[in-house]
Amino acid sequence: MSAFLSVRDLVVSYGGFRAVDGVSFDIGKGETLAVVGESGCGKSTIARALVRLVTPTSGSIELDGTDIAQLSEKQLRPVRHRVQMVFQDPYGSLDPHLTAERIVAEPLRGRSAADRHREAARLIDLVGLPASALDRRPAEFSGGQRQRIGIARALASSPDLLVLDEATSALDVSVQAQVLALLADLQRERGLTYLFISHNLGVVKQISDRIVVMRAGRLVETGATDDVLRSPAEPYTRALRAAALDPTTMRGRKPRDVVRQLQGAPA
Amino acid sequence: MVFPIPHDTTPILEVTDLQVELVTADRVVRAVDGVSFRIGRGETVTIIGESGSGKSTTAMGVLQLLPEDLAVLSGSVKVGGVDLLVDRDAARRIRGRMVSLIPQDPMTALSPVHSVGKQLTGAIRLAGHPRSAARARAVELLEAVRIPRPAEQLDKYPHQLSGGMLQRVLIAIALAGHPVLLVADEPTSALDVTVQAGILDLMLELQERTGIGILMITHDLGVARLVSDRIHVMKDGRFVESGEAEQVVDAPHEEYTKRLLAAVPQLGTFEEVPA
Repeated sequence: MSAFLSVRDLVVSYGGFRAVDGVSFDIGKGETLAVVGESGCGKSTIARALVRLVTPTSGSIELDGTDIAQLSEKQLRPVRHRVQMVFQDPYGSLDPHLTAERIVAEPLRGRSAADRHREAARLIDLVGLPASALDRRPAEFSGGQRQRIGIARALASSPDLLVLDEATSALDVSVQAQVLALLADLQRERGLTYLFISHNLGVVKQISDRIVVMRAGRLVETGATDDVLRSPAEPYTRALRAAALDPTTMRGRKPRDVVRQLQGAPA
Repeated sequence: MVFPIPHDTTPILEVTDLQVELVTADRVVRAVDGVSFRIGRGETVTIIGESGSGKSTTAMGVLQLLPEDLAVLSGSVKVGGVDLLVDRDAARRIRGRMVSLIPQDPMTALSPVHSVGKQLTGAIRLAGHPRSAARARAVELLEAVRIPRPAEQLDKYPHQLSGGMLQRVLIAIALAGHPVLLVADEPTSALDVTVQAGILDLMLELQERTGIGILMITHDLGVARLVSDRIHVMKDGRFVESGEAEQVVDAPHEEYTKRLLAAVPQLGTFEEVPA
């Protein structure tokens, strides 16, 4: 598979602090790459660099052959629509004053009003919301419905790559399952490429083809998701694996056992 | 230093047919619709549910922390045999002394403008210790929650400590009044998974040493399975399934519990030693 997105030696510094410290990975077209790690590992900074909310300190981000790492705002304009982001918080990331139609059609400025309405209606339907949702405002929706609106807005500019930053973390498990199913459907139907950022290994196992494990700004381990999660090579990945509490595999375990497993890993 | 709770046949907590009605702008919502459960000495009982199920409202009802003008409670909530719904003064006497809360988000639960020591000694003073003994007691409590170099930490401010350390401080504050019951509302949801295990282990260790009862509120079936003696599955203000933790998670009877479990992405086992 040829790489659709190719990241090489990415460094993002805030002041003297290297939030991302020399990270490289590829994502093939139509593939889902998961980036996992704990708070402060740099996974959200990678997301912000890919959509160029921050400018990398060094390194390259090749999108379909074009290095976007250092492009100016003006140079980015023709490529911005190709990479869109879905945020974690379905409560904080939608403007409370706008209707769902205005939110979803926001990236379509410049098109006619009739065109924008038609496109918003199509997208709202695509993410499984009723047409009546168009006239409603964020406060009238549940968390899962808001996340569907966030996904519809991200899809409005016909992107190739969606960067999903903890996109299901704030949702109840039953709602999370529905949103994950929607993402899988959209990917199959539209050939979308996903960078899926999460701290939840169970979710990552379900949705991703390959995985990057991050810690303190560095890449710890990478490989096919099923391989890495079944037989992690690095002590830190094993610690994450031991700490993830899958209710179906905990027969007879106690917190002490989990702590003991973690002690094998470097602090 | 933490002290064991006397053995007694009276349950630490006995909730009978608790109903909580919340008054909102345009209507009255029955958030908790007749739940009954009990917690004995040294037991951990968990209420699990999704958002809006009523699990946190139940906890706040037990703590008597719902605003009196907006929440109407009926049924009974007995702590050590005293019904808090009948004797409102008892609720004030008991909260922080017999019953303590461990809150969800340790990063925002403490005041950012006062040192950790000042906030901890404040709780110790409220529990009736004289000012002269408060600092020594604070060091003891930080030792009990396994915070390294406790005397040094007392002068720090919340932003200088990690989330896991702050949650330990909050557990120390909760223990200051020698409670018989800890109410833990999603105590590890805001923490990294590798920190979560240590906090849960600490809570169970304190329980082993003192016999304290724990009421755990969580949406996480993994956490519930790991720490609970009994689990109540809550939906729309009612318990839809109650039982031993093993039975509820490993062999649920009710359709809702089965659906909830099915929605949790499964990780399966892994090779603990690298190939």
